[in-house]
Amino acid sequence: MTLWTLDFRLTIMFVIKNKKIFFILSGILVTASIFIIAMFGLNFGIDFKGGSILEVAYIDVEHPSVEQLKVDLQELNLGNFTVQETVFSDTQDEGIILRTRDLSEEERATIVSIISQEKKYQIEEKRYNSIGPVIGKELKGKALWAILIVVLAIILFVAFAFRKVTEVANSDNKVSSWKYGFAAIIALVHDVLIPTGIFALLGHYFITYQIDTVFVMAALAILGFSVNDTIVVFDRIRENLTIAKKETFEETVGKSLRQTVTRSVNTSLTTLIVLLTLYFWGGEATKQFALILSIGVVVGTYSSIFLASPLLTLFQKKK
Amino acid sequence: MLKTRLIAISLLVASVLVGYFAVQVKDTKFPYKFGLDIAGGTHLVYRADTSQIDSTEISDSMSALRDVIEKRTNLFGVSEPLVQTEVGSSLEGNQKEHRLIVELPGVTDIGEAIKMIGQTPSLEFKLAKETQTEIPETATSTGEQVSQRIYINTGISGRLIEKAQLEFNPTSGEPAVSLTFNSEGKDLFAKITGENVGEILAIFLDNQVISSPVIREVIKDGKAQISGGFTPQEAKILVRDINYGALPLPIELISTQSVGASIGTETLDKGVHVALYGLLVVIIFLILWYRLPGLLAAVSLLIYISLVLSVFKLIPITLTSAGIAGFILSIGMAVDANILIFERLKEELKSGRDIDSAVREGFSRAWLSIRDSNISSIITAVILFWFGTSLVEGFALTFGLGVLVSMFTAITVTRSLLLAISPKKDTKLKKKLFNSGINFSDF
Repeated sequence: MTLWTLDFRLTIMFVIKNKKIFFILSGILVTASIFIIAMFGLNFGIDFKGGSILEVAYIDVEHPSVEQLKVDLQELNLGNFTVQETVFSDTQDEGIILRTRDLSEEERATIVSIISQEKKYQIEEKRYNSIGPVIGKELKGKALWAILIVVLAIILFVAFAFRKVTEVANSDNKVSSWKYGFAAIIALVHDVLIPTGIFALLGHYFITYQIDTVFVMAALAILGFSVNDTIVVFDRIRENLTIAKKETFEETVGKSLRQTVTRSVNTSLTTLIVLLTLYFWGGEATKQFALILSIGVVVGTYSSIFLASPLLTLFQKKK
Repeated sequence: MLKTRLIAISLLVASVLVGYFAVQVKDTKFPYKFGLDIAGGTHLVYRADTSQIDSTEISDSMSALRDVIEKRTNLFGVSEPLVQTEVGSSLEGNQKEHRLIVELPGVTDIGEAIKMIGQTPSLEFKLAKETQTEIPETATSTGEQVSQRIYINTGISGRLIEKAQLEFNPTSGEPAVSLTFNSEGKDLFAKITGENVGEILAIFLDNQVISSPVIREVIKDGKAQISGGFTPQEAKILVRDINYGALPLPIELISTQSVGASIGTETLDKGVHVALYGLLVVIIFLILWYRLPGLLAAVSLLIYISLVLSVFKLIPITLTSAGIAGFILSIGMAVDANILIFERLKEELKSGRDIDSAVREGFSRAWLSIRDSNISSIITAVILFWFGTSLVEGFALTFGLGVLVSMFTAITVTRSLLLAISPKKDTKLKKKLFNSGINFSDF
């Protein structure tokens, strides 16, 4: 036991001493994410780019083939569209998901009559969304603003909450509260970029992994979590700085990390438990949300331990 | 000691009542309200064409439009429709887009819903001028005069009508429709009728002539009557069309969202199940890791959940699947507050304090972290709420409320319970009950 904990203590100091390894690892992940986003682009959902999605279930067992529907729909001048087969989990009915540009009411009615083959087959419209391009563009703008404002608000809040951190520390350990804010922001950008990169990659191969309102919602929740984790460690650093007058900044940061690591891991673990149950047993609507957030929680916990606090020691040295 | 126990007991009793209130779903004055994605329904967004009216009149016209649509949805018996106006923040150009958002719970037949709202049934008054055209004599026709009507716009439209009423002529018993114009319409109507006595002023609904009364005299009081030639039933429909059909502004459907009720119910069922399973696993984890305090955390977590659910009921908050996700997430934050307190408690115990002072000290020290981290969550929730689409709003609202309530339960419930059970005298067993898990900083 003692040996193991001793080991662990060394491990935490190891993080601080060898922070470059973790910076490089994070750097690689972030660069890869940016690269993937630049190469594949983001697979925006219809709420951001405009378009329609129609989910229809066939009540009867028999239904027209997807190929047949594609041929019929081709005549409607819909531009690019996809037809995907699906089974609805609520009624176990087979059905299709049709994705097209945004539709007028007449077009929708025509499509529905094609899908039912002029009412030859009994169908049920499970879900229909049609969003005009203007609304989509507006939403995208709003989402971008929301993320920027959250980032700005958080850097201001951290700088404000830690404004006394230079007063309490001894002369060698003074690090401006803005640097705390800045370190929190780097961790935060890291935590959001990586899930976005993963989704860009997934979205390139699977149409269902989209950057939509749900994604933005999850990304903003990740922002919240990431900064939460970081703040808890920083809080401890602040407290330890007031007590420890002889320790170096690195030692204080290491000690604070050690004291908060159980909490970070436990909290992330409980959150992850809830999110994974949501992912595996929740409804379709919350599945993607849970997935993005799970990735975010894992990355966020990593960054609060291996990125944000070690960064502080780097900033302190640069002074 | 006695005081802390009394507080704890009254807290528990109050919580049981709150819990009972939260789980009561049948025969209650405060039922849970569910959003369209769970209850099923249709969400429509219309763009209003404001190009024809003065910019100072836009907001009046929009609220008039909202009232008209609201009346219409009520007329068709939709329960609790939501009709609201919204100004789009168009990113290019100065022209702001004015929109109307219509939510129809329970209506899943989109075609029906759209028909119910109607695609711009417009009411117009036009002057009819007869022009005579002589058809030249040919072998087959005998040189008849064919009259042709040309309709001239007068500027009088449904926008200017205050109301229409069904009336019956006292002598003949004939049905008639009386119209009352608003002040702007009154002036225009007086002008038009004054200049065109003897002419026909045709009434158009959706570009179809529905009535062609002759102007008998100048009408100055802003009242007009359409009579002659229709049955009471027809007159009644006309009144309805004018009252409910006269949209002050033309509208165009730009976004449709519709969810069948079965999908929504499934989302809810699954959401509730997931929340319960997730909660169970979290509680097991807390008890295994934190022992006695873990059990308290489980109790305070249950209290927290009942409180939030009661708040949802009381306000009431419309619960969407996004909202439920936000709530489930806030449970995570509530657990975090407990974990922060207990980790700190353990440290204080390790540093040699007795249980009672360790609880007080651990709590007051953990509070700073809880406060700071929760404030950042609340900032995020507020910005999300501002982000504004109904989906995100639902998430932000339940998440933000959840975090607020979790701060409250951390201060009151967890603390009172911990103080109530902390023993006067520490024994090894008691210390063991309060201590737990693996502590990395104790060696």
